[in-house]
Formats: sequence, structure tokens, C-alpha cells
Amino acid sequence: MVAWMGLAMGLVATSRAADPPEPDIAQVRLINAAIEQQWADYGLRPSAVEEDGKWCRRVFLDLIGRIPNYEELNAFLRDSNPRKREVLVERLLEDPRYTEEFASFWAANWSNILIGRSGGMDRRSMVSREGMNKYLRDAFASNKPYNRMVYELVTATGATKPGVEGFNGATNFLIDKVNEENATLATSATSRIFLGMQVQCTQCHNHPFNQWKQQKFWEFNAFFRQTRALRRFVPGTRDIDYGELVDQDFAGEGGRPDEAEIYYEERNGLTKIAYPVFVDGTEIGRSGYVTEVNRRQELGKLMLQSEFLDKMIVNRTWAHFLGYAFTKPMDDLGPHALVSHPQLLDALGKEVRKSSYDLRALMKWITLSRPYQLSSRITSGNQSDDPTIGEVPQFSHFYLRQMSAEQLYQSLLQVGGQAKGSLAQQQAERDRWLRQFVVAFGTDEGDEATTFNGSIPQALMMFNGDLVRRAISIEPGSYLYGIAMANAKLGDKVNHLFLAGLARRATTDEQKIAGQLLRVRGGKQAEALQDLWWAILNSNEFILIQ
Amino acid sequence: MRWLNSSVPMGMNRRHFMQHAAGASALLGSSLALGHSLRVHAQEMKRRHKSAILLWMGGGPATIDLWDLKPGAPTGGPFRPISTTGDVQICEHLPRIAKQMHNLSIVRSMSTREADHARGRYYMHTGFVPNPNIEHPGYGSVISHELMRDRDDLEIPPFISIGGASQGPGFLGMAWAPFTVSSTGRIDNLDMRIDDARLAQRMKTLELIETNFIRQNRGSAAVDHMKVLSKTFNLMTSQQMDAFKVELEPQPIRDRYGDTAFGRGCLMARRLVEIGVPFIEVDLGGWDNHQNVHDTLQNQRLPVLDQAMSALVEDLEQRGLLQDTMIIWMGEFGRTPNINANAGRDHWARSWSVVVGGAGIRGGIAVGATDAEGRQVITEPYSAEDLMATVCKGLGISLETTYQSKNGRPMKIANGGKVIQDLLA
Repeated sequence: MVAWMGLAMGLVATSRAADPPEPDIAQVRLINAAIEQQWADYGLRPSAVEEDGKWCRRVFLDLIGRIPNYEELNAFLRDSNPRKREVLVERLLEDPRYTEEFASFWAANWSNILIGRSGGMDRRSMVSREGMNKYLRDAFASNKPYNRMVYELVTATGATKPGVEGFNGATNFLIDKVNEENATLATSATSRIFLGMQVQCTQCHNHPFNQWKQQKFWEFNAFFRQTRALRRFVPGTRDIDYGELVDQDFAGEGGRPDEAEIYYEERNGLTKIAYPVFVDGTEIGRSGYVTEVNRRQELGKLMLQSEFLDKMIVNRTWAHFLGYAFTKPMDDLGPHALVSHPQLLDALGKEVRKSSYDLRALMKWITLSRPYQLSSRITSGNQSDDPTIGEVPQFSHFYLRQMSAEQLYQSLLQVGGQAKGSLAQQQAERDRWLRQFVVAFGTDEGDEATTFNGSIPQALMMFNGDLVRRAISIEPGSYLYGIAMANAKLGDKVNHLFLAGLARRATTDEQKIAGQLLRVRGGKQAEALQDLWWAILNSNEFILIQ
Repeated sequence: MRWLNSSVPMGMNRRHFMQHAAGASALLGSSLALGHSLRVHAQEMKRRHKSAILLWMGGGPATIDLWDLKPGAPTGGPFRPISTTGDVQICEHLPRIAKQMHNLSIVRSMSTREADHARGRYYMHTGFVPNPNIEHPGYGSVISHELMRDRDDLEIPPFISIGGASQGPGFLGMAWAPFTVSSTGRIDNLDMRIDDARLAQRMKTLELIETNFIRQNRGSAAVDHMKVLSKTFNLMTSQQMDAFKVELEPQPIRDRYGDTAFGRGCLMARRLVEIGVPFIEVDLGGWDNHQNVHDTLQNQRLPVLDQAMSALVEDLEQRGLLQDTMIIWMGEFGRTPNINANAGRDHWARSWSVVVGGAGIRGGIAVGATDAEGRQVITEPYSAEDLMATVCKGLGISLETTYQSKNGRPMKIANGGKVIQDLLA
């Protein structure tokens, strides 16, 4: 507790260091050249490089899902190495101290992508969130190649729940998507998430704005028709315990397993036939016998050959770090999509393939690229670059965006919000906390929305909720108690809180208001710091990634 | 902007809060002065405000089985039509609503093109088809934005969504987002558990940090955040929050609405209308009946709907509120005339029905018609835009109202839809 005070005094105020040199990484140069070219084409002048403190906070949030703690921030600010941004990215990606946080954060992101925020919460669901998480945590901790991960998710068989025989966490992606309505959910989710193809409309008819035709939807769907999800019950009850994903021989809707066809109905009432055909027109054997043709494995292989697999992971990862993808929506790469930087998307896709789908490498290229270094301060030279009003993003300044619920939770844990109890209790507390924001739409497709969107319920949670209440506790042993009890001047303690929360020191007027708070609290420093900390945590500056 | 702008006196009107806050400003000294002339509105809410209640049927209800029956046709299904107090027939499993049909009218000639849930939900809520480059505001945001002009006394959000997510505010900004509550009316995290003086001091500190950040010109999200804080603060200190407490209603009234989430939601909607909330959306999901549609309707959806919706109309009428309160019943689309192999109906947007009533809408009629099997609209077809224009007209909102989207594009309210003249009383 004494150590931090010395650091606070020794700090240089959030001064802007000289611009970091361009890293000697070919892919970073590729990104920079493409982005800078369009700045020139559109007459945009990029914002300055972001202050080191704010950039450090940004890259911690985006890579491992939380703000840096006070010590981590200070270590970065005091480092005089001009290449310290490269060093930090390398450390967050590769240092074993961060592996667990990195893997948990990306597992949570991908759980939300693969099974939704509400996946596994319904009584009828066979999804084990724990199983999904375990699979993804292991994948990200070991830096499993992305193509391998996709193949496993698409072809998985086995049980969804950890600890039971035949457990394979990857099965959780498809377990709730194959039984109902002839696996239409598996069809639309697999094509959208991994290939950027929006096909849900074409299930029923040819879509006017989409080159996908109804025939293609059902041909893609035919790949999933050997797959069944089997319910496993809690012994002696009808409560679903978990599910088991299996491949079974498919007799076809015409009853000819050698030629296992499916039927669908066109709008005009005509019945049509479909066999498994990949989106690029590649046909596979029509047999429904698993030993002759394992349809999901064939699909997995075809997906791995598709350039859309490469582009989609680039687009998704880019959007994660820069706030906007090269297309809108991010998971629509169809022929009608307007791509902001088409050559860059192509080229980065190829680089990902060349790197053997090393996701950490992709993250490194993006976080070290020039657009990611820029300040979120908008200047007269780039105020027209504003995607919030529908403009095509040019990334000439960093776009503000709100932390995700997961990022907020993990960040508050850093600064006093830790729940009491065992690890399992803390995990349950976290899940309960995250669940409160999920609103389902009540459709068969499991559509959902979040109230963690900057609205009043979120503000109320930050004002008065248990999590923030814990973070501002001044009980002995709490985060604030330690700071309040330290032998240091109020001004240094105030700076400490601003650095811990906002990665900057307090301004003069902020110092002044802290002094006034101390007066009205009758000199009780812990209470004054509590009021100040409450205000910092509730501010726009805290919840926005800058 | 209430407490947020320190250069003007605070315009808060919560007396109980202000008494404490006045003391707080003295304690904190001039730079933290919360305001010198505390405006206190003593007058009670004046009635005669217009409001709208949207009963949202998430999933897309089979309107061919509710409002536009085709008995005897191959597409007709098993339900029989019954007579009503209006000049229309409806489904036999809606007997209580049948007694209220003199107040409600059916539009049987809705014809739209969006048969995907997300797209249909967006289109029916906004009057615009989804566009990747712009997000349009939904009904609740548009109508509350227009009707709030005469409602200084409202301290709680003007757009409440009960039991569902509704549609966002789009380019109108987060200040017009739906305030989403569950049908229990329980609002989490309402109490800071500190005295009001200290709350005021915290808010002033927060205001300073917010303002400092906004001055750095990093984007509109920073400004939107502060607007939402202002609304949150108003709500926390308002006695109008009692409107969410349906348990304060007499038991016979609660019974009349039904002991269901939707019933409680409808009752809450009436309480919110009474204190002047301009727009309330109540969600009843479970209409995505690809399987066993008639069983599900008869045994699950229709009893719930019949009880709650009839109670709402009757209650509003008895309290003299119906003439100022628009009721809109709709989902994202209808369902196929064909009954599929699973005894269900699939998505269908080409020919379907919605129901409207109250606030200047003529009751008891059916506008438009479909063919003998319900496959085609055979009269003038109506769109989401037309319905929205009619709703605006009934609520006295000018159809000349035009918004600037954030990039300066003009957007006409209701997307330039035409008023369904037959519905105007």
C-alpha cells in the first residue's frame, strides 16, 4: 500500500509521448497502407496518436477484457521504450500470467456468438454453458488454429456437459439447433457466423435483396440432416440434464437412404428436392448412410476451403477492436454487401490463411496497426468520418464504444467489486449478474436483445447495484479502505483513483471538488473518496472504451 | 437538462428531494450550488393527454384464426366466427373481446413484405425496411418524442416497454430508448440507500467528470450517456414510480385483467396512461406457431389475450381515458393460410390483420378484406407506414413532422404513409 503512493508522485501527467514507430510486421504495414490510402482519397486527416494511458486501457479491455490495474498502468506509463506498445501487446497475448484472463474473455465473447447470451438458460435447453465455455477456454488458451476450431464446432459429436461420458464441449454450438424444424437454425447460424452468409430469409422464399436462393438454403440444410440431439434427463425426472449430439443414418424424406433427399415447398406451392451442395456449388455424395458419407464432416472440409471463412474471421476480429467491421452488418459478406476496404479485407483474409489461422497473430496485427493507435478525439480534419450517422467508417479516429457487460464486470472486479465466496459462488454471481440484461423476443429463433445498451436500467445498475456497491465499499479490507488509510495527501489519493478508473490524473477542478466533498463529509476521508469513486465509476469516461 | 447544467437553476420538481438538496448546496459552497431558485411544480398532472398502448404479439400471430376467419375454406382451420358488439365477427375463443369490439376496428388488408422476425419487427415498429446505414426510431420513441412537448410534469421515461425489448430509438438517441420493465413492475436498483443531500453531492461530482469528458469531443456516445443519467436521476427521485406497482390496484380489477404476465402488463399500462406516459408497449410472445397452431391458440394464447385486452379496453372506457388513448394490436406479420404438415402455420406477410381503437379511431368496423382463402388482399392494401400515419393522425401528431437523421437526411414521420381514412371517426 505504500508502494503505489510513490508511483503516483513520480508520474508524469498523461503527456503524449512521441509517436510510436511503425512495427516491423508486414501485415501491419499492409493495414496501414490500405487505411492511409483511403484517408488520402477521402481528404481525411487522422487524429493524433492516443495518450499512452488511454491506449493502455483500450488494449487491456480489448485483449483481455478488463481495465489495467494501477500497477500495470504505471509500469506502462513509466516505460521509456519507444516500442512499448508492441511489448505490451506481446505480453498480453503470450505471457502466461495473462493466459487465463485472455482465454476467459475470448471464450465469453465466442459463447455469446455461438449460443447467444441466453443459450442454455431455458429449461428445455440441452446446452451446457459450462461445457461451451470449457471448450472455448481451452481453445483460446492453447491458441488453437481457427480453422481447426470451426471444423470441430461444425462436426462435433458427444455430450454437452463436462464430467459426463463422451463430453465434447464443442457440441454445445449445434445441440439446440438441429432437432426443431429440420435444423434450420443450424443452417442459418453456421452460414452466418462462419461464412458471413445471411440465409434465414431464404428458408421460405427467394429473397429480393440477397443472391441466395431458396434452393441454396435447403442444399446447405441437407448437410445437417444426419444429425440428432438426444435429451439426457436427470435420473428419475423429466428435467433435461444435458444433450448428446450424434450422427445417424438419414433415410431421406423420400425413404431412399442411398439417395437421401429432402423436400421443401416453394411459395407457389410446388415441392422441390434438395441434396447437400455447398454454397460454391460443390456436391457431395447423396447417400444418407453415415459410414458412406458423413455430411457434417464433408461440410466442415468444404468450409475450410472457402475464402469466406477467412474474410469472416478478419471482419469479426476487426470489428471487435475498431468498433466497426468492413461491412454492415458485420456478419453479412453477401454479394450485395458494401465493403469499406475490399482489398484490405481480401488481403488480410489471405494472411490469416497463410498464418495457419493464428488468431493471436491477427489480433497483434490489428492492435499494432495505425488506426488502432489513434485518439478518439475528433478533429476538424476527420469529423465527417462518423459511422454513427451512417457514414462508411474510415477509421481516421478511434470510435467510442461502450464496454460489453463482460468487460464492465471484469473491470469492476479489478477495483474492489470482487464478490465474496468460493470460486464457484463467484462464477454463479457473475452469471446471475450478466443474465439480468438479457431480453428474449419470444420467437422460435431465440432472438434476444440486451438492456446493457446505455439505457436507464443500466444506469440504475451502475448507480445502485450490488456490484458497484461492493466496489465503493469502505469496510475494513476493502479496496477504498486501503487507499483511505494510506499515509498520503488527499490529492495523491484522488489521482490514484482517477488513474485506476480512467487511466489519467485528476484535473484541477476535479481535485477541487474532491476537497469540497471532504469538507461536507466532515473530514471523513473514506466517505469523501467513496463519493468520488462512485462518480468516477458512473461516468461516461469509465464505461466508454476510448 | 435538469441537474446537469450548472449554469441554469435546477428544474427539478420533486419536493421531498429538493428540501434536502437545498441544504446540500449550502454545505458544498458556491461552486457546487445546486440552484438558487428551486422551481416547484405543485400542480397535479393534468389529464387530457394523448397516449398510445401497443400490444405487441411477438412471433407473428395467425390473424386468419383471430380476426379474419375463413370458415369452411381449406385454409380456415377449426375455429368458428362469433358476432360482436361491433359490425364484425371474430374468433369464438375471444368472447370477452367480442363485447368490446364496438371500441375496436380490424384492418384486414395489411400487406407487407417482411416475413423474417427481425426484419418484420423492425419494419412494423418503424415503418422503414432495415437499412444497414441508418437505424430508424420505433413507434414508442417517435410518439413519445412528439407527445412529450406538452408534458413537463412527467418525471419517468416517456416510453415504457413491459415484458419485452421493443424497438430502439435509432437516430433519436438513447434518451428516447424504451424503459424496459418486467410485468411484475419491479424495478431493480432503484434505491441508493444514502440521504438525498449526499446523492446530490455525488451527482454534482459526476456531472463535472461527465462534462469534462464531453468537452474533449470524442463522440456522441459521451453526450448520450449524460442525457440518460439525467433521466435516471429524475426517475429515482419520483413518486410517479408508483405507477409500476400493480399490486396497489384493488383485487377485483386485478382479477379482471387476469393473473398473467400480460394481464399485469396491461393493467400497468393503464396506470402509466393515467400519470401521462405517452407510449407504452406490452409484449405477449409465443405466437410463432409453426406447430400445433390451433391447440396453442385455443389453450394458451387466446385465453390470456381475451381476458387482458378486453379488460384494458373496458377499463379505459369506464375511466373516460379511451377517447385519448390509442390501442394498437399487432405482431411482425401474419401466418400462412396453408396449414403445414405439423399442424402449424408459417410466416406470412402478404395478407394479414391488425386491430386498433381509441383516440379518435372509429370502432366496430373491419377495413379491407382478403379473398375466400385469405391468400390475397382484395381491397386497397395497407402497409406499416399507413398504419403508423393513421396512429399519428389519431393522436394529433402532424404528418408533416420531419426528422433530420444524424447525417442530415430528412425523414418524414411514418415514412410518408397514407392515413387509412375509414378508421378516422
